[in-house]
Amino acid sequence: MANERSAYLQSFPLFMIMLIFLVIPTLMIVIVSFWDYNSFSVIPDFIFDNYNFLLTSPVTWQAYAKTLFYAVTSWAITLLIGFTAAYYMAFHLRTTKAQTICFLLATVPFLTSNIIRMISWIPLLGRNGLVNQMLQSLGLINQPLEFLLYSDFSVILAFVHLYTLFMVVPIFNSMMRIDRKLVEAAIDAGASPWQVVTHVIIPLSKSGITIGTIFVFTLVMGDFITVRLMSGGLSASVGLLIYNEISLLQYPAAAAGAVTLLATVLIMLAILFRFANIRKDL
Amino acid sequence: MVKDKTKENSRISRRKFLGTAAAATAAVAAAPVITGFPTVWAQNIKNIKLRQFGTGTASVNAIAQKVKEDLGFTVEMTALDSDSVVQRAVTQPNSYDIADIEYWVCKKVYPSGVIQPMDTTRIKLYDKISPLFKTGKLNSGSKLAQGTAPHTVGFVEHPKDRRFASRETRWMTLIPTIYNADTLGIRPDLVGRKISNWRDIMDPAFKGKTSILNIPAIGIMDAAMICESMGVIKYGDKGNMTRDEIDKTIDVMKKAKKEGQFRAFWKSFDESVNLMSSGEVVIQSMWSPAVTAVRAKGVPCKYQPLEEGYRAWGGGLGIARHLSGLELDAAYEYFNWYISGWAGAYLNREGYYSAAPETSKKYMTADEWGYWIEGKPAKADIVSPDGAVMEKAGAVRDGGSYEERMGNVACWNSVMDENKYMIRKWNEFIAS
Repeated sequence: MANERSAYLQSFPLFMIMLIFLVIPTLMIVIVSFWDYNSFSVIPDFIFDNYNFLLTSPVTWQAYAKTLFYAVTSWAITLLIGFTAAYYMAFHLRTTKAQTICFLLATVPFLTSNIIRMISWIPLLGRNGLVNQMLQSLGLINQPLEFLLYSDFSVILAFVHLYTLFMVVPIFNSMMRIDRKLVEAAIDAGASPWQVVTHVIIPLSKSGITIGTIFVFTLVMGDFITVRLMSGGLSASVGLLIYNEISLLQYPAAAAGAVTLLATVLIMLAILFRFANIRKDL
Repeated sequence: MVKDKTKENSRISRRKFLGTAAAATAAVAAAPVITGFPTVWAQNIKNIKLRQFGTGTASVNAIAQKVKEDLGFTVEMTALDSDSVVQRAVTQPNSYDIADIEYWVCKKVYPSGVIQPMDTTRIKLYDKISPLFKTGKLNSGSKLAQGTAPHTVGFVEHPKDRRFASRETRWMTLIPTIYNADTLGIRPDLVGRKISNWRDIMDPAFKGKTSILNIPAIGIMDAAMICESMGVIKYGDKGNMTRDEIDKTIDVMKKAKKEGQFRAFWKSFDESVNLMSSGEVVIQSMWSPAVTAVRAKGVPCKYQPLEEGYRAWGGGLGIARHLSGLELDAAYEYFNWYISGWAGAYLNREGYYSAAPETSKKYMTADEWGYWIEGKPAKADIVSPDGAVMEKAGAVRDGGSYEERMGNVACWNSVMDENKYMIRKWNEFIAS
């Protein structure tokens, strides 16, 4: 009995922090999403107008389609690159020292701000940017490639560049926990290297892949600044719509957008968690 | 009803009491040095700090430094983008003492009750303020422009009113500081033809090389100027469109976007400068100092006057409701200083206009005045406030003189009655 009480006592501070900084604000957002507003103030009320407009507007569906497209594409590419990089670090670098050095090198870009790293693509990819200049001087193209900047290509490129590490780290982590004897046993049993990867390593790093997927998905779904800067303002993600509404003081509309986005992301997470029991793997 | 009245009364008396208390404190503090108005509070003037925030255009540190030198107290400047300015003004009224906001924003901010109107009898140089801000007309001959013209949101009948007065009164919502007339910016080396109308931005020859700005309240006005110039829509009032007019305007823009007319939409000053200087776009809506910034990089850029006229904007300083006593006095002192010339000259040299043009004359050289205000060719190199050469001798300012520019305003940035609807449609355009 006393033991139980002390357990409650120990979890109390975290409980309070979550309550004050997560649960209550989220509830506030839910409440405000039913309020009315005009151009300079929000009016306490209970109306479904915000949701009604949100869910029936083609803009929302377009934005969701676009956001999902960005999320899925970035996820597939970061997974491919992240898995390969983690695999190399976990199984081909023999010494811990080499692994540590590699890991540190991968984190170096994080010393610069996210936005700076993203913006630095712009002079590179522009119509008269370095890439086009190089390709033209090599005689590979006659006309500058327009799709390099302010396009879906540049948006996804930036996402992949920014978020691949969030894939590498958890996958590397779960790979390091794979018992090497299992790999040896597979080889002894006559498995080809490809079979080792598909039958042993991928199933055993599933939790890492799931965590990485959660990172990339939630980051891309909520992003607005990358989409705005890299698409030149030509495409809109869900986050960008919410941001636009906030900046125009339309808090109830923005809150409705946020609640819908939150619900979408939670549903996606629920599906993802079916694939891996993270609690067991941690 | 009766209950309400008592509430009202008690509030007044509390405010009165606070006001009296503050005045008394000030008087006691100042007792030893009664020699003249500014020195009345010379004792504790150094401790006063006014927190001002606004867009980067007017909230510049050079002005804060000069205030410190001339008046002795500190003005702390925070620069934000236009959207954040509205948010902060309305939602965090206690986080600032002076709000540097634009007039079209004022239409949203003032009715929310965070700004206290100022007594024009305490503004010594009130007469010198340009008539544009009082009657909306630069001179008796000029036409009234459409949109949220500064004079329509510049006054209230009574300090407690939340509604704007329809005429010049004793109570001013904002003290005007800065304004300008916007038009399209072009790259003369890349457009390859004469640009003389707003509709030229829709020329298929510039496909994929144009941009407009993505600040809905301003962008819709540029879009309206374009549509009207194309002859597809005739507006009753561009600054206050009907739903039907908004729909039509957005449809035109959506179609152009689908056909790949635009390369990007910009939201900040720097973005517009980069788009132009990197050659991503050759024609776009642009602000005058952004054109200057492109030129300062050695890239040719022109602020193109157009037949249909300019889209203008203006900004001013408002006092937060909570300001009183000594700090309120300091705020008035600051405003008096602001329109007394130095700051105006600074803004003129940046390519904007001073609210009291006459007073800034004595802070500028005859050549500078000739170039910036009278539209005459520069006799010597034109230098920016921080010393960089902006124009070589012989250059003439695009768009000509102050009278030619400000006298040819077609509309002001505005907030429409159908604002909510307009923003939804604008988002649709951006997401399409």
